[in-house]
Amino acid sequence: MTAEEEVVNGGAIEKPTLGARLLGANTFWIGLVLIALCVVFGVLEPTAFLTLFTVQTLLIETAVLLVLSVGMTFVIITGGIDLSVGSVLIFSGMVSAKAMEWVSGGSSTNAGWGVILFGLVVAIVAGTAWGILNGLLIAAAKIPPLIVTLGTLGAALGAASLLNNGSDIRTLPSTMRTTIGYGTSFGYVPNLVIVAVVLTLIGAWLLHTTVFGRHTFAVGSNAEAARRSGIGVTRHLTSIYTLTGALAGVAGFMSLAYFGSTTISAHSTDNLNAIAAVVMGGTSLFGGVGTVLGTVIGVFIPAVLKKGFNIIHVQDFWQMIAVGAVLIAAVWFDQQRRRSRNR
Amino acid sequence: MSEPILSLRGVNKSFGPVHVLHDIDFTVRAGEVTALVGDNGAGKSTLVKCIAGIHPVDSGEILFDGKPVHIHGPRDAAALGIEVVYQDLALADNLDVVQNMFLGRERLSGFLLDEAEMELAARRTLASLSVRTVKSVRTPVSSLSGGQRQTVAIAKAVLWDSKVVLLDEPTAALGVAQTRQVLDLVRRLAEQGLGVVLISHNMNDVLEVSDRIATLYLGRMAAELPTRELNHSQVVELITAGRSGDLGLARPDVVTI
Ligand SMILES: Nc1ncnc2c1ncn2[C@@H]1O[C@H](COP(=O)(O)OP(=O)(O)OP(=O)(O)O)[C@@H](O)[C@H]1O
Ligand SMILES: [Mg+2]
Repeated sequence: MTAEEEVVNGGAIEKPTLGARLLGANTFWIGLVLIALCVVFGVLEPTAFLTLFTVQTLLIETAVLLVLSVGMTFVIITGGIDLSVGSVLIFSGMVSAKAMEWVSGGSSTNAGWGVILFGLVVAIVAGTAWGILNGLLIAAAKIPPLIVTLGTLGAALGAASLLNNGSDIRTLPSTMRTTIGYGTSFGYVPNLVIVAVVLTLIGAWLLHTTVFGRHTFAVGSNAEAARRSGIGVTRHLTSIYTLTGALAGVAGFMSLAYFGSTTISAHSTDNLNAIAAVVMGGTSLFGGVGTVLGTVIGVFIPAVLKKGFNIIHVQDFWQMIAVGAVLIAAVWFDQQRRRSRNR
Repeated sequence: MSEPILSLRGVNKSFGPVHVLHDIDFTVRAGEVTALVGDNGAGKSTLVKCIAGIHPVDSGEILFDGKPVHIHGPRDAAALGIEVVYQDLALADNLDVVQNMFLGRERLSGFLLDEAEMELAARRTLASLSVRTVKSVRTPVSSLSGGQRQTVAIAKAVLWDSKVVLLDEPTAALGVAQTRQVLDLVRRLAEQGLGVVLISHNMNDVLEVSDRIATLYLGRMAAELPTRELNHSQVVELITAGRSGDLGLARPDVVTI
């Protein structure tokens, strides 16, 4: 070995081959599971499962959860948890609907784009505010995330209900519903899905290629080491919960556009669904490990199971059991793999 | 005698009711290795953390290059050119070697992390430390041995263009050959004009490699003397009793007279 080679290699360096890295990645295995599911349903009911309509509805129905789950990925990588996302979603949607009614002076059904954009900004601001509250209580006041977000889960839902005396708002700008809610672009692609994809790509970019992402992994891996390396851990954690709150705000607006209602009672398991998706996708609940791609796969596994079971006329309840089993199996496999590697 | 680059004057530090550092005077000189010795719990790591900005000092002042400075955090210390290898290493287990070495000071190209550049620099530094046991700079630190982790922590500290390097028991987990490497490195850093502080419980290493020896005894600076004026048993006495003959802390009864 020449001296130059040695410098470049930093002493004997072997790069793990691409194949070895793939096999070692949790994302790879869970991705295989997803593909297998699609193949199985596709073979069982090719005419019903592999249709444009099925794919479109599948994507639309997962769009809102995907946005919540991207935020949840960041939180779980820091070793935290956010139970409040579903309630923050409802709160943001409610405040946004109220604000749009208010600027329209009554029902906002015929409102134009100005009002709709105002509604979007209000939803984002509302979600961000809850995120900042979560972040400050967790990072600065050092209250465990489970407790803080359990508290804000109840508080945000309560506040949303108070705003309209516990009932839903169903009069929303029809333009918003027909464009963002169930409009399509390029002929086939639902606009709601485009929004979700763009946010997911931004999330992946932020997590995997920027300093912000790197520090997220560092804080979740060893907060004290991060602090000693000069990373502002308190600030970083606060901004991550803020980001998650903001995404929940956007999700609230998307939900509003899709359902045409504030759907107060429809999101009580969103938080758990998001956590399940993130964890199935290979993100460690202990922090320091995770990918956005894994989360995307984790979001689609329950969705594909549900669609598939519907199509082959298996009762919906089996989907819940199957998702539970996949979740536990995914975490179990992950732990086994880690143990064998650390030995 | 070379110039003091870093000096502490009358530094006190308490954790709640526990008074850990008492009126510490301590000087680090450019181009010299200052050994910091003392029994377990004497306060060596605490002193290092005060210099690194991890713990704020209660009173006293820190001079860098003769000027009083306020070090409020690790960033301030790094900006002055102070690097630290902590006793517990403080590495992020899930991150790989390169990511750890550049943690908090990542290199960018535009808006994005410059992975290739960081990897190359990390490899150069590891090669200059003659590290051959780390298989890949892209393996997570969690899968490295104790000694390899320690090497990564040291590499992380020498990667930067620093003026003072504090090493808190850097050879504790190392094998014979690797210890040799680190001791040579310590000398080399001093010859390059850096102020080096070496904490170690190994007296042979300390006597061999240091220019001055500072002894902490129960949180007080018992003595700070040139290595050539001390022998093995004197250092041991200073560590265990705080004094040796005329050296070190005055006898309590002498003080009362
Ligand atoms: N964060 C802390 N909170 C409270 N007490 C502390 C803290 N850090 C250190 N101490 C106390 O300060 C004293 C000095 O500890 P320190 O770690 O500085 O010793 P040391 O000289 O480095 O010992 P060793 O050789 O074992 O590493 C000990 O009594 C320890 O219990
Ligand atoms: Mg110590």
